[in-house]
Amino acid sequence: MLDNQANAPMHNTHAQAEREKVVFGFWVYIMSDCVLFASLFATYAVLQGGTFGGPSGKDFFSLPFVLIETVILLTSSFTCGLAMLAAYGKRVRTLLVLLAVTLLLGIAFLGMEFTEFSHLISEGHGPGRSAFLSSFFALVGTHGLHVFLGSLWLLVLIVQIFFRGVTPMILSKLSCFSLFWHFLDIIWIFLFTLVYLMGVL
Amino acid sequence: MSDRAKYIFFLLLALTVIGTIIVVLVLMVQSGNVAILNPKGAIALYERDLFLGTIFLMLIVVIPVFILIISFTWIFRATNLAAKYTPEAEGSLILEIVWWVPPCVIILILGLITWKSTHELDPYAPLAETTPPITIQVVALNWKWLFIYPNERIATVNFVQFPEKTPVNFQITADAPMNSFWIPQLGGQIYAMAGMMTKLHLIADGVGDYAGLSANYSGRGFSGMKFVARSTSQADFDRWVEEVRQDPDTLDGDAYARLAAPSEKNPIEYYSSVPQDLYAKIIMKFMVPMQEIGDGHDDGEPVMHHN
Amino acid sequence: MFGKLTLEAIPHDPVILAAMAFMALGGLGVVGALFYFKRWKWLWTEWLTSVDHKKIGIMYILVSFVMLLRGFTDALMMRSQQVLAVGDAVGYLPPDHYDQIFTAHGVIMIFFVAMPFMFGLLNLIVPLQIGARDVAFPFLNSLSFWLFMVGVVLMNLSLVLGEFARTGWLAYPPLSELAYSPGVGVDYYIWAIQISGIGTLLSGINFLVTILKMRAPGMTLMRMPVFIWTTLSSMVLVIFAFPILTVTLGLLFLDRFFGMHFFTSDFGGNPMMYVNLIWAWGHPEVYILILPSFGIFSEVVATFAQKRLFGYTTMIWATIAIMLLSFIVWLHHFFTMGAGANVNAFFGIMTMIIAVPTGVKVFNWLFTMFHGRIIFSTPMLWTIGFLATFTVGGMTGVLMAVPGVDFQLHNSLFLVAHFHNVIIGGVLFGYFAGFIYWFPKIIGFRLNERWGKRAFWCWVTGSFVAFIPLYILGMMGMTRRLNDYGSTEGWYPFLVIAGIGAVIIAVGILFQIIQMIVSIKERKQNIDTTGDPWNGRTLEWSTASPPPFYNFAIIPTVHDRDAFWEMKQRGDVRPQPPLHYEDIHMPKNTAMGIIIAGFTFFVGFGLIWHMMWLVVVGLVGVIASVIVRACDQDTAYYVPAAEVARIEGAINARML
Repeated sequence: MLDNQANAPMHNTHAQAEREKVVFGFWVYIMSDCVLFASLFATYAVLQGGTFGGPSGKDFFSLPFVLIETVILLTSSFTCGLAMLAAYGKRVRTLLVLLAVTLLLGIAFLGMEFTEFSHLISEGHGPGRSAFLSSFFALVGTHGLHVFLGSLWLLVLIVQIFFRGVTPMILSKLSCFSLFWHFLDIIWIFLFTLVYLMGVL
Repeated sequence: MSDRAKYIFFLLLALTVIGTIIVVLVLMVQSGNVAILNPKGAIALYERDLFLGTIFLMLIVVIPVFILIISFTWIFRATNLAAKYTPEAEGSLILEIVWWVPPCVIILILGLITWKSTHELDPYAPLAETTPPITIQVVALNWKWLFIYPNERIATVNFVQFPEKTPVNFQITADAPMNSFWIPQLGGQIYAMAGMMTKLHLIADGVGDYAGLSANYSGRGFSGMKFVARSTSQADFDRWVEEVRQDPDTLDGDAYARLAAPSEKNPIEYYSSVPQDLYAKIIMKFMVPMQEIGDGHDDGEPVMHHN
Repeated sequence: MFGKLTLEAIPHDPVILAAMAFMALGGLGVVGALFYFKRWKWLWTEWLTSVDHKKIGIMYILVSFVMLLRGFTDALMMRSQQVLAVGDAVGYLPPDHYDQIFTAHGVIMIFFVAMPFMFGLLNLIVPLQIGARDVAFPFLNSLSFWLFMVGVVLMNLSLVLGEFARTGWLAYPPLSELAYSPGVGVDYYIWAIQISGIGTLLSGINFLVTILKMRAPGMTLMRMPVFIWTTLSSMVLVIFAFPILTVTLGLLFLDRFFGMHFFTSDFGGNPMMYVNLIWAWGHPEVYILILPSFGIFSEVVATFAQKRLFGYTTMIWATIAIMLLSFIVWLHHFFTMGAGANVNAFFGIMTMIIAVPTGVKVFNWLFTMFHGRIIFSTPMLWTIGFLATFTVGGMTGVLMAVPGVDFQLHNSLFLVAHFHNVIIGGVLFGYFAGFIYWFPKIIGFRLNERWGKRAFWCWVTGSFVAFIPLYILGMMGMTRRLNDYGSTEGWYPFLVIAGIGAVIIAVGILFQIIQMIVSIKERKQNIDTTGDPWNGRTLEWSTASPPPFYNFAIIPTVHDRDAFWEMKQRGDVRPQPPLHYEDIHMPKNTAMGIIIAGFTFFVGFGLIWHMMWLVVVGLVGVIASVIVRACDQDTAYYVPAAEVARIEGAINARML
């Protein structure tokens, strides 16, 4: 970064082209992640009838529970959006607070999902019980894994911003993170519609 | 190497390759063992004609391509300064049309043939014959084939017999990894899968023995999963059924459990009686929680499986 | 502590022990040479930690060639077993070993020979051909290579510790489920492919962004070389297809490790779902491999026919059509699974339609030769060999696209002959052509033509002699993957001929090795001083051979298709004085690629042998090193303009 400052004008455009490349590349990664989730959705669609005498979604999906999870996740997307505005406006303190709230909401979401899963497992309806349960755990669990890794990423970003402020490099990473976080939100919307809502109706 | 010598070398090698092909083709025609060209039933006959017809359609494109490859490499070799040379030529609409349109037409024709033949050769479609069909149930096991005759109430291993000129309705499943049920001289194959039933409708035009095998690798004993399919006169078939009914072995639950255990290169076996619902249970046990077949259990009683 | 790993995991089979000894000898030879020539530090700093696309490309190709030797040995073993095991004879490979060999043969050839060979060539040439200094994400490039290497290590480790899968290269369930494959073989399979597959996906993203964002000014999409277009299409396929593979193998892992039921026969599972998913990846995969090869042929034909490529625009559209169509044909790999006539017919017709744009490309190549002046260099010979071989393979492909015909040919040796025809004739011949074509650019001297041509003749003859008999055997009703067979079927003579064909190819490989040795010995006589040994048409030929590490001191401006040809017409080949060099921004070498990949090895090995502490160490290590790398702000540096001027001066002196 010291180099950057020494030859400022030319290297700033270079740094900008660099950031644009990174964000574009991240979009492309998101598309591949879409295909990943599409495969899991397809698997769920095919296997959801395979209950082998065990429970189906109707038997244990709790719509109020899922509603709370949805509100938490959507709110965290909202705070993430506000955080990005703060980042562009160079308001570091606001940024840190909003990111922390986003992180806490993410952790809350994960906590609820963990509760749902461990409850199911303790009742004997774990992922090994039937193909339906396997595909349910895999689909919802993969989304949860993404949220977990995203939360870890967010934590590292918060620490970095705390010590270094909002540098151009960190700004591009924040852009990528917010893309990721919003993407997970969109996947969740598909999830609760196709899995929970349609499973109960 | 001089230019001419180079090309002679090229030609010699091409001839060697073609010569090999010829030798091999001669072997092939002489051996008479080429199942796809020696159909013994209506389905295999249709498939052979489709095979040859499709090859012919494509040779319409492939032969010109080969002629162009050989002639262009010769005529336009760099040392042939007499040939026309247009280094900046970029394309030609006429030529593009010539090689877009005819292939599209050929594919269109082939597409229509495909649509029609795929429906007519659908393994699930019963044959349009007036003779009443015979139903034979097939179970792929590790590593042999079990044949159950639901109406005759007999069963065989690695051997299946049926009357000539009679539609055979095979109902196929597995109590093993995926296999593929194939009697090349009578027709194409279909997969044998656990927990599912696939169907294949074949017919033999005359009397004879045909090789049968599994066409999907299923483990160490796969190579031994051969069976004999035999078509005979109706009278000989009825006699054979009676012969099987004299066999001391019966295929009850315990016998089935023993048979289903892994074994290789099984000899032909006959079973004089089979429970009516054995085949159904073999499929159902994968679909709902059930007791194991045999070993003194109450066969077919549903259970709750604990995980 | 060691999970399932015990001393019994070391094989006792004499054939395997011989292979282990051979591998050990080779490894000791390399290690010994490194000690003798005191090259450890050089290896680490110049190669293993490099983020230079040219070095990464060379490493990919080296490893792919070593794996070709292993994969081809498997082929020779299979052919010889089938020659020996006629009638009552059982050959020398019991089913437990033979079944691992044919599985390993397929996995090695696709994942550890063809894919790395492709990415090697893409790495070497794509940045140079678009006028860029490196790929979009050089660190990710290094990481991709090392993830691939972890796959290679796991693949080879399965030979010496434990076993490999006995399922065929696609590991269909229920055979690949725990009930029928209780050993570690399928787990080695899963993790070797999963880990290197992540590398592939990252490379797909890398090259897509490189092509779309880093082209030299003036190089619009319609001025890109055809090789770049085909690479772009192939990378789109990678990005769409590889996540499907990741999911599919991931679910199989969940079945095996956690007792889940995606693909079991019971408990509601559906093995047919696996077949659909794996081929939804598998079909695009073969187009991923062949499209760059088509691009190579386009470059080679234009160069050696000394004529512009015929029908550039049609070539592009045909490529895009092939790319799109490759997504809607996957069911043709299992017409016999019982999908019903409407579905089978639809997929059959879609498959046939691909023949049209592919045929168009063949005609475009032929008509590039038409009214050209053809030089029969080795790359050109490979191209002509491709045209002949691939046409036969394509024909048999359309044949099997008719479901009624496929019912008789599916899984027979006819199928095996078809796909070897198109993969060897299409993919491998193309990569060989590209290798010889671009070797002088990357290494600095030309390869020996005489041995190259001899190798070509052996390969093309051997391919015909090895696979035509297999077509006939398929027609005779011989299915694939048989360990032994009877004497009455009449298959024996054809298997002997096929075996001879394999030996001819082996001689071809030997000639390729000799070619490399002779070329290195004679390198001083064959130095490429001009950077343009073939009178090429595209930008990579405008650099020195080999190019400086930054590729271009001054990024060129492009005015036309065949950018370098246009520069030559204008007389503007090297940057003319007065020259104004600027500081060049280059990425730093780093060990993080190896380190991150190394931790993934622990994860894979731990999951295979159920050593959970190792898995945890691996996962924590991966996450920690990723965080360390992410926080690293010092990943690039500037090459001062004066240094650039000095290097360019030396190059100009050499080239004049």
